Amino acid sequence: MNAALTDTDHHDDHHHGPAPGLLRWVTTTNHKDIGTLYLWFSLIMFFIGGFMALIIRAELFQPGLQVVDPHFFNQMTTMHALIMIFGVVMPAFVGLANWMVPIMIGAPDMALPRMNNWSFWILPFGFSMMLSTLFMDGGGPAGGWTLYPPLSLQGGNGFPFLIFSIHILGISSIMGAINIVATIMNLRAPGMTFMKMPLFVWTWFITAYLLIAVMPVLAGAVTMLLTDKFFGTAFFSAAGGGDPVMFQHIFWFFGHPEVYILILPSFGIVSEIIPTFSRKKLFGYASMVYATSSIALLSFIVWAHHMFTVGMPLSGELFFMFATMLIAVPTGVKVFNWVATMWGGAMTFETPMLFALGFVIMFTIGGFSGVMLALAPVDFQYHDTYFVVAHFHYVLVPGAIFGIVAAVYYWIPKWTGNMYDEKLGKAHFWISTIFVNLLFFPMHFVGLAGMPRRIPDYAVQFADFNAISTIGAFGFGFSQLIFVVVLVKCVKGGKKATDQVWEGAEGLEWTLSSPPPYHSFSDQPVVK
Amino acid sequence: MRVLIKALASIALLSAFLVSPAALAEWGYNLPRGVTDISHKVFEMHMLAFWIMCVVALAVFGAMTYSIIKHRKSKGVTPATFHESTAVEIVWTVIPFIILIVLAIPAAYTLIEQEDDSNSELTIKITGYQWKWEYEYPDSGVSFFSTLAEESRQARVIGSDIDVNTVENYLLDVDKPLVIPVDTKVRFLLTANDVIHSWWIPDFAIKKDAIPGFINTMWTKVNETGTYRGQCTELCGRDHGFMPVVVEVVEKSEFNQWLASQIESKESGQQLATTN
Ligand code: HEM
Ligand SMILES: [Cu+2]
Ligand SMILES: [Cu+2]
Repeated sequence: MNAALTDTDHHDDHHHGPAPGLLRWVTTTNHKDIGTLYLWFSLIMFFIGGFMALIIRAELFQPGLQVVDPHFFNQMTTMHALIMIFGVVMPAFVGLANWMVPIMIGAPDMALPRMNNWSFWILPFGFSMMLSTLFMDGGGPAGGWTLYPPLSLQGGNGFPFLIFSIHILGISSIMGAINIVATIMNLRAPGMTFMKMPLFVWTWFITAYLLIAVMPVLAGAVTMLLTDKFFGTAFFSAAGGGDPVMFQHIFWFFGHPEVYILILPSFGIVSEIIPTFSRKKLFGYASMVYATSSIALLSFIVWAHHMFTVGMPLSGELFFMFATMLIAVPTGVKVFNWVATMWGGAMTFETPMLFALGFVIMFTIGGFSGVMLALAPVDFQYHDTYFVVAHFHYVLVPGAIFGIVAAVYYWIPKWTGNMYDEKLGKAHFWISTIFVNLLFFPMHFVGLAGMPRRIPDYAVQFADFNAISTIGAFGFGFSQLIFVVVLVKCVKGGKKATDQVWEGAEGLEWTLSSPPPYHSFSDQPVVK
Repeated sequence: MRVLIKALASIALLSAFLVSPAALAEWGYNLPRGVTDISHKVFEMHMLAFWIMCVVALAVFGAMTYSIIKHRKSKGVTPATFHESTAVEIVWTVIPFIILIVLAIPAAYTLIEQEDDSNSELTIKITGYQWKWEYEYPDSGVSFFSTLAEESRQARVIGSDIDVNTVENYLLDVDKPLVIPVDTKVRFLLTANDVIHSWWIPDFAIKKDAIPGFINTMWTKVNETGTYRGQCTELCGRDHGFMPVVVEVVEKSEFNQWLASQIESKESGQQLATTN
C-alpha cells in the first residue's frame, strides 16, 4: 500500500502541476480537478432544472391554461425532478467529496483516480441523452420522476433513451461511491481512526453504502420497464400476470434510501460548519455517527410510506407507519445536537454559518411535515397533494441545497485561495431565504385545501397561494445569479485567504495552504 | 425573559393566522373537517399532530434563537467546552419517542377502522379511464360515465377567452355525478382501465388508487346530504388535472327514486335498441 504510494510520488516528480490547456480537464485524474468539474456541472444543471421549474410556476401563476400544453407541463415536472435529483444534488455532493474527503483524511488523492475521471465524464453524456428526449417524437418522459407504469410506458420515442441515461447516471454514482468507500477505508492518515473522522467524511461513507445498495435496484426496475415495453415481458402488467404495484415497491425500495442519499452529506456539512462558527466542538460526535447510521438502516424498511393508498393489507400499513415514525427519533437527535453545539458557543454569522442555520430551521420544518405524513390515516388526505410537494421541497431546497451552498461558501477560500465577497454572500442568503419560503410555505396551505400535485391548472380557490408561490419561485431563481457572481469573482481574485481561513475551524484541510498544492499531502500527516 | 416574549408573540401570530376564518375562509388553508365520522377523526389527528409539531418547533427554535442572541462572539463571551452528556442525549431520544407513541396509538386505531369495510349496505364500482370515471351499481346494473363539465371543458383550453373565474366550480364539476344515500355504509370497488388513477373526496377523507387489473376497496358513511368535490390524484397522463370527482349525497328515499329512474331509462334504452 505505502510502497505503491511512494511509487506514484516518485513518478510525479516530473510534473507537479496539471497538464496545460483544455485537455487537462478531459484527462485529469486529480481529485481537485474532478471535484471542480462536478461542481460546475451541477451548477449548470441547477439552472437548467430551475428554468423548467419556472416554466411550471409560470403556468401555475393563475388558474386557466396560459403558457404550455398539459403534456409539455408533465414533461417539465418529470424532467425538473430527474435533473435536480440526479444532475444537481448528487453530483454536487460527489464534487464536494472529491475535493474534501482526501484532504480531510490526509490522503494524497482518491483511491481510484482513473475511475474517478470516468465516473464524471459519463455524466454529461447521460444528461445530454436525457435532455435530448425532449426533442424526440412524443417528447420527453411525462409520467413523473417516479416512472410508474403503465403510464410511463406510454412514453414516445424518447423512452429507451431515458432508461439508458438513467443507467449511465446510476453507473456514475456507483463508481463514485465505490471510490469514496475505497478512499476512506484505505487512505486515512495514521492516527485517523474511524471515530476521529470528520462528520462530513462519516456521512459520505454511509451515503456511499446506500448508493451501492440501491442504485442497482433502480437499474433493475427501469430495465424491467424497458423489457415490458419492447420485449414482451409483463412484470408490471396485470394482463400478463404481472403487477403495476410491484414496480412501486421496487422503485421506493430505491427511492426512500435515495432521499437520504440526498440529505446525509448535507448533515455532514452542517456538522462541520456549526462548530467552526460557534467556536465550540460538535456536541455528541458519537451520537451523530450512530444517528446517521440508524437513519441509513431504517431507510431500508420504510419505503411503502410512499404507497399508503395502493391498497396494502392493514398489517403492512401499520408496519410502515410505525417504522417511518421511528426515523424521526435519530433525525431529532441530530437537530438537538446542532442546537446544543451552538449553545454556550461564541458565534459569528458569516455566510456559511447563515446557510447552515437556515438549513437547521427549514430542514426541521420539512421534518415536521414528514412526521405528519407518516401517519397513514391522515396521509390518505395528504398523499399526492401540494402538502407533499411542500414537505419534500423543504427538506431538499433549504435542506440539501442550502447545505451544498453552505459548503461552497465554507470551503471556497480554501479551494481558490481567495475570500469571497461577504456582503454579496449575505445578500444571497437573505434574499434566497425570503423567497424560498414565499415559494414553498404556501404549498402547505393549498395542499391541505385540496390541490393535487402534478396538475397544470387548478380550481380558482387555490389562486392566491399559487400566485404567491410563483412570485417566490422567480425571486428565488433570479437570486441564484448572485451566487454565480460571487463564485466568478472569487475564482478570479479577491482578498487572499489564510491557510486557517476561519478562526474556529479545525481539521486537516486547514493545515494545507490556500489553495492547496496540486497533490494534497506529499508528506503524510499524523493525527494525534 | 426576552425569549418568553418572543415565543408568546409567535404563538399569538400563528394562532391569529390559523383561527381568523374571516380573513382566510375563502382561501382555504387547512384540511376540511368533512362529513363522516372518519373524516372527523382524521381531522383531529391532523390537528393534534400539527400542534405537537408546533410545540416541538417552539422548543427547538426557541433554544436556537436564545443561543443566537446570547452566545455570540460580539458579546465578548468565551465559548464553553462541553461537548457531550449522556444524560441529556438519553432524554432527547426518549422524549421524541414518547411523543411518537402518543401519535401512533390513535393513528393505528383510526387506520384499523378505515380498513374495515365489512357490513356495507351498498356497493359501487369505480373505474378510472384516461380521463373520466365510470360508476357502476352492480346490484341494479346501472352504470354511467362522469366527465368534466362542458363549461370547464371550454374554459380550460389554452387561449380560450372565457375567464375561468366566471365558471362555476371550475374544474370541479362533472356532467353526471355519482349519487349515494346518506347515513349508509357504501363500499367502493376501485379499478382502472388503462393507467393508475386515484379517487379522492377530501370531505370523506377517503382516497385510494384505481389500478388496472386489480380491485381495491374502501368505504364511507356520509352524515350530511350535499354535493362533495374532489379530483383524480394519481398522475394519469395529459388530462390528469381534468377528471374531477363529484358525489351527490341524498336522502335514502331520494336515492331509491333516483336509482329506479336510472333503471327505467336504462331498460327503455335497451328496448329501443332491440326494436331497432
Ligand atoms: C423526519 C423524516 C421524514 C419523514 C418521516 C418523511 C416522511 C415522508 C412520507 C410519509 C412521504 C410520502 C408522502 C406521500 O406521498 O403521501 C414523504 C415524501 C417525500 N419525502 Fe420525506 N420524510 C422525511 C424526511 C425526508 C428527507 C430528509 C427527504 C430528502 C431530503 C425527504 C424527501 C421526500 C421526497 C422527495 C418525497 C416525495 C417523493 C415523491 O412522491 O415524489 N423526506 N416523506
Ligand atoms: Cu420516503
Ligand atoms: Cu386520473
